[in-house]
Amino acid sequence: MAEQMFDTVSSPILEVRDLFVNFYTYRGVVRALNGVNLTIGRGEIVGLVGETGCGKSVTARSVLRLIRYPGKIEGGQILFEGQDLLALSEREMREFRGRQISMIMQEPKVSLNPAFTIGAQIAESIAIHDYKPLDDAQTEAIEILRTVRIADPEQVAHQYPHELSGGMAQRAMLAMMLAPRPKLLIADEPTSALDVTIQAQILNLMTELVEQIEASILLITHDLGVVAETCDKVAVMYAGNVVEYGTTEEVLTNPAHPYTRGLLRALPNLARQGPLYTIRGSVPDLVDPPAGCRFHPRCEYAMSECAVERPDLLTVKQGHFAACVLYEEGRDGIPDAAHDELPANVWANPDASATVGEQS
Amino acid sequence: MSRLLQVRNLKKHFPIGGGLFRDPTDFVKAVDGVSFDIEPGEVFGVVGESGCGKTTLARSLLRLIEPTGGSVSLNGDNILEWQGSDKKRIYRHMQIVFQDPYSSLHPRKLVKDIVSEGLVIHGLAERSEVRERVLDMLQRVGLNEEHLFRYPHEFSGGQRQRIALARALVLHPQLILLDEPTSALDVSVQSKILNLLVELKEEFGLTYLIISHDLSVMQYVCDRIGVMYLGKLVEVGQTEDLFAVPKHPYTKSLIDSIPSLDPRVRRERIILEGDVPSPINPPSGCSFRTRCPYADKHCTEVEPPLEAIRDRWVACHYPLEE
Repeated sequence: MAEQMFDTVSSPILEVRDLFVNFYTYRGVVRALNGVNLTIGRGEIVGLVGETGCGKSVTARSVLRLIRYPGKIEGGQILFEGQDLLALSEREMREFRGRQISMIMQEPKVSLNPAFTIGAQIAESIAIHDYKPLDDAQTEAIEILRTVRIADPEQVAHQYPHELSGGMAQRAMLAMMLAPRPKLLIADEPTSALDVTIQAQILNLMTELVEQIEASILLITHDLGVVAETCDKVAVMYAGNVVEYGTTEEVLTNPAHPYTRGLLRALPNLARQGPLYTIRGSVPDLVDPPAGCRFHPRCEYAMSECAVERPDLLTVKQGHFAACVLYEEGRDGIPDAAHDELPANVWANPDASATVGEQS
Repeated sequence: MSRLLQVRNLKKHFPIGGGLFRDPTDFVKAVDGVSFDIEPGEVFGVVGESGCGKTTLARSLLRLIEPTGGSVSLNGDNILEWQGSDKKRIYRHMQIVFQDPYSSLHPRKLVKDIVSEGLVIHGLAERSEVRERVLDMLQRVGLNEEHLFRYPHEFSGGQRQRIALARALVLHPQLILLDEPTSALDVSVQSKILNLLVELKEEFGLTYLIISHDLSVMQYVCDRIGVMYLGKLVEVGQTEDLFAVPKHPYTKSLIDSIPSLDPRVRRERIILEGDVPSPINPPSGCSFRTRCPYADKHCTEVEPPLEAIRDRWVACHYPLEE
């Protein structure tokens, strides 16, 4: 399974191999993850993108083994520095959570405890992970708040989560999560609840801090713009599968999977007039997903064989993979139509923006 | 050109503090003196960060909350003066589609009742015609007959937004307010709804007022855009102009903070420091001065008025040059 993809990263911090997760609901078995493959190198920022319900968050939670009833991890491996996390006992797993792998969620105010001050919560995290007395941890907490560029950390340390703005609370969360110097930070839509101006601040801060402690980031987002600005590599998910993986530049400028290409073409952008591109149909119900490639009923290029077997991640070119039969040996890949319509290529093409300028 | 909607110095101040027998101690100036015009057939957009008063603006325009002051004229008639049964007439001409289609549709009403309610209230259709008109409109927004007898929970987000659109359109209003129409939707659904909005506008000769924080969506659909900051419009201009040459430093920084989709480009840009100040005690002078890289003493003392520079309106002492 996707061995070539794993070979591209020489010393991976995290490898997710052929991961299956089901949720046993009253409606039936929701097949949420259908053989997810993903790899993250040391110091890399990897984006995991996809639409609501595609399994981004389930993948992230599986890494920390936070899938609860009625969900169940049904198969696969999660290798953290070569060690299979799925084989550990719950007690052993606790050593990894927070200390080696930490996670930051979308709504900072929901993740923070409303009944304790910011300072106390950060201090607690330091005290537990570094085995320090609480008093020392409290002074350290103030220092840590300073590193995330909170203007008056002494005051903020004594405030409760409800007294902070969304941006401030997310800074405090970052401070808390990075304090134990984890090797991997999982950021689940860390800026989706924030305004664009604050989002830019937080993303800059996050990448800077993570670089300092030489950690890697798995950044989950639905915003391809965020990926373009922050990630080294990107994995695109659709209906429980990673359908494309490669460097951000490669994937955004030469998307190989029909779904990725459709998604990029559906984005509104300045240089394109006329109706937006739409992907026909809608996201399948994962209780009864389509057989074979889960995207085939919506795909422009679908062939009869697409309905039979789930395609493996195949090499598009060096370091770029797509789960699509168009990339089997002897085939030409996706037709090049509409290549220039992709937002990345429109923005890069000065002629296109010049025509827009002339119209005004 | 004749104006469809003329908004002058609109204000909405929410009292805070105080009690049953005590006067409020302060006011949140959510909308503080907003003026703009919308011409028939135009798509006017209002952008701004959360808490800047966009949604309050939309709701006070429709008198879903009563504005504190100012005037809103529809075809020259000040609708803030319409009282009693007259007030109902506002909704005959102006309709709204809300942001969250999961909470804006009555969960215990059938789709046919949700869409037909306006027709019945305003007496716009004979009983015998109602079903036909409703079905017609549902088909126009991409739903069909089998959906008439279903409840909102049976639909996806995009479909619900279609129902909300049908409910607004069935009255053939002159103006539709769209409050973050696609921000609850995924990209692939968003493009379908945006295309539908454009098609419907052509077909019914509609005028839109769109409120959003998503600049790339606004760029695509709007003819003209107003940028709002702390309850005030700080810049108004033609969309293409505004994006090409922003004149207010806030507009520039908003545009700069849209992540570019081209990973090969790492642009030089203004990243704003700090948060939006509290609308209870906005900064003296220019309300943006606390985050503005160009602010000086003059900005702290004198509030810049919204003034015209050719066909652009800017509220800044030192507007940016090209």
